[in-house]
Amino acid sequence: MRKLFLFAFSTVFALSVGIAIANEAAPLADDPVVEQRLISISEEMRCLVCQNESLAGSRSDLANDLRREIRVLIKEGKSDDQIRNFMVERYGDFVLYRPPVKPVTWLLWIGPFVILALGIAGLLTYLRRRNHSVPSVTLTDLDNQKIDALLNSSNQKEG
Amino acid sequence: MKAKFLIPLVLFIGLVVFLAIGLNRDPHEVPSPLINKAAPAFEIPQLAQASKTFSPASMQGQVWILNVWASWCVACREEHPVLVELAKSQMAPVIGLDYKDKREDALALLAEKGNPYVLSAFDGNGRVGIDYGVYGVPETYIIDKAGVIRFKHIGPLTMDLLNEKIYPMLSELKKS
Repeated sequence: MRKLFLFAFSTVFALSVGIAIANEAAPLADDPVVEQRLISISEEMRCLVCQNESLAGSRSDLANDLRREIRVLIKEGKSDDQIRNFMVERYGDFVLYRPPVKPVTWLLWIGPFVILALGIAGLLTYLRRRNHSVPSVTLTDLDNQKIDALLNSSNQKEG
Repeated sequence: MKAKFLIPLVLFIGLVVFLAIGLNRDPHEVPSPLINKAAPAFEIPQLAQASKTFSPASMQGQVWILNVWASWCVACREEHPVLVELAKSQMAPVIGLDYKDKREDALALLAEKGNPYVLSAFDGNGRVGIDYGVYGVPETYIIDKAGVIRFKHIGPLTMDLLNEKIYPMLSELKKS
């Protein structure tokens, strides 16, 4: 009985592992060096079908095909830059998680710093204006007498 | 002086407008880098007659439309009547690219729904689709006489799009 249970359990386990693997990119790790490069390249790329996933992590059909394509390019001896160009030529800069710096993307790269600079400038002018708005008061003799009286009275209470 | 109180309100409205525009844009419509570039060359078997091949080079000298479709693609069925209209207009030949499909399924669909294509090329493993930057079927390309891609639409065509964008563009391109 126990053996039967173990057998059933291991069969189910093996099957579920099989199902889990079935959807991965097919010939994984037949060359670890190629796979390593594939992962490092495709982690930097966006899957166009499910846009919040990287090409390395996505299980969509297109991502599978593109990984296969990148694998072929790696085996053909293409450099990382050539492979990146291959993808950009077809899908645009949008596939790159790190968009290149060029006139169209200037706003993207510099925008946050511009906003930061504007914020600091605004804060500085505000603070400066506030400093000016506090009137500097010159004390008269009468004021000084009042102050002395107040200080004396509080000293006596404490003493 | 009183107007100062309105500044946060104006800023807030600006922010709301900005976000509303962002929310209403379709993030799936990624601008294609292929616009105004030569249509990538290929030569693959035709769908109906596997012994014959199709190559974009054979369309040189005419304005034509490349429509990427598949029998498994639900949006393509939605688009199908529009394609039939487009074919009927005789404005330009419509070539199909049957993307990652099974021959039997694709032919069965055309037999059932009607065939708007002059012919379909059969891209079984999707390799040609990669060269054309296909990521969401259906996709439609307008290619000019010199073999340059002039327009790309992702997602199903609509009658409005035909009338407002595609017909005018086709007649413009045919003149040049």
